[in-house]
Amino acid sequence: MVDVVNRESEPIRVLVAKVGLDGHDRGVKVVARALRDAGMEVIYTGLHRTPEEVVATAIQEDVDVIGISLLSGAHMTLFPQIIELLKRHDAQDRHVLVGGGVIPEEDAAALKKMGVHEILGQDTPPATLVERVRELAIAQRIRA
Amino acid sequence: MPAGPRSKVMPSASVPGSSPRERSDLVAGVLDRKPSATARLITALENNREDGRAALRELYPLGGRAHIVGLTGAPGSGKSTLVASLARCLRKRGRTVAIIAVDPSSSLSGGAILGDRIRMQEHALDDGVFVRSMSTRGALGGLSRATVDAACVLDAAGFDYVIIETVGVGQAEIDIVRCAQTVVVVSVPGLGDDIQTLKAGLLEVADIHVVNKADRPDADKTLAELRMLLTLDGSSNSTGWRIPLISTSALAGSGIEELADDIDRHATWLRESGELARREEAAAIARVSAIARDLISTRLGSPAERGGFVSLVHEVVDRTLDPHTAAQRLIVSGSDLTRSTEERR
Repeated sequence: MVDVVNRESEPIRVLVAKVGLDGHDRGVKVVARALRDAGMEVIYTGLHRTPEEVVATAIQEDVDVIGISLLSGAHMTLFPQIIELLKRHDAQDRHVLVGGGVIPEEDAAALKKMGVHEILGQDTPPATLVERVRELAIAQRIRA
Repeated sequence: MPAGPRSKVMPSASVPGSSPRERSDLVAGVLDRKPSATARLITALENNREDGRAALRELYPLGGRAHIVGLTGAPGSGKSTLVASLARCLRKRGRTVAIIAVDPSSSLSGGAILGDRIRMQEHALDDGVFVRSMSTRGALGGLSRATVDAACVLDAAGFDYVIIETVGVGQAEIDIVRCAQTVVVVSVPGLGDDIQTLKAGLLEVADIHVVNKADRPDADKTLAELRMLLTLDGSSNSTGWRIPLISTSALAGSGIEELADDIDRHATWLRESGELARREEAAAIARVSAIARDLISTRLGSPAERGGFVSLVHEVVDRTLDPHTAAQRLIVSGSDLTRSTEERR
């Protein structure tokens, strides 16, 4: 049988997680729903996750994209931890890291330099978010 | 799980068609218990890729040692919480556990929210527990193949138990649990009257019945209804296994040890009664025929077959050929095509 390898048509898998002391999950649920409605498989892990749990989950679930929602202001502490853990597990080339929530522009620029692929703030329209996630996931699969 | 904890060292049994040196990184990674390799292989199988099937060919002969448990019940019956509690109990006994949590995909977009892990986060950092969420990806029949393939990978990876958690609606879900060695059906209080227990479907595939949320006031009624059902067919079960009825509260943690004991008791009974061999044969029949059906429908949609298919269809429309003969010709020509493709390689 001829096997058609077309990784672009495989469903995109996204982990969406709330990290740290941040109980605001309305936004992340809206994001999860928008991604689902765009045909993606969304793994939601609930509130108060640690960076270690997020990375272990992303590896087991083999997600294309890790979406971290932060409204607590702790992004400059938590993202570097996640990036460090991904490197330690040799997984930084396997997953796209995207941040969302309330993140000031200057911090967003710094985070991108550190290795966060994209920051999508709280004012991003769902359609834009979905398109950006899809672009990043497909680009990642082509690189991998 | 009657045997002792499984050793991490895999037997160096020769795998047909490959020496250990030729093993792919993926296979080596799975046998080394690397979560990333196991996860990537499951993705490949989920998407029915050739690299996944090639790896499974190498791993399949190494499997057959895990105890596969299917756990099913209505949405909201507390399956995920129950599975997390069961995993905690098995870990305390020194066993390793892999969990495949299946959630439905949207019939509109094909997307899915896979939320079972929310209840299982306590195990996120434990190397002895591997959790994978899977979507049903539409009810196209491919679900059981991908799920059972994933269970094979986790078996070969050396987990003592593989627990498959699905919502118990639809034939595909029932097919999955029937591939399991022990089927646990979870009921909860407050979902209909005793007539529901008389209906055919999920309840009749149970090896173990659980009434979860036993902390709820109407739990006794549900227990009584199921007990009634079991007196009707439980003891007359020709296989000789008396189906246990366990009352659990995943939240309060009650009944979980009993559930783990009964799963092990069922595993022992399966082996000693000869029922295991019978079930493995039935599961193999179901699996091979399901994969064959998948292959046929894939081939019918392939461009190479399209021409022959269309001309047969026209003959049926013109009434120069009847549909049964047309279908038979299609299958015969399909198998010829496969053979010639293989020979050309």
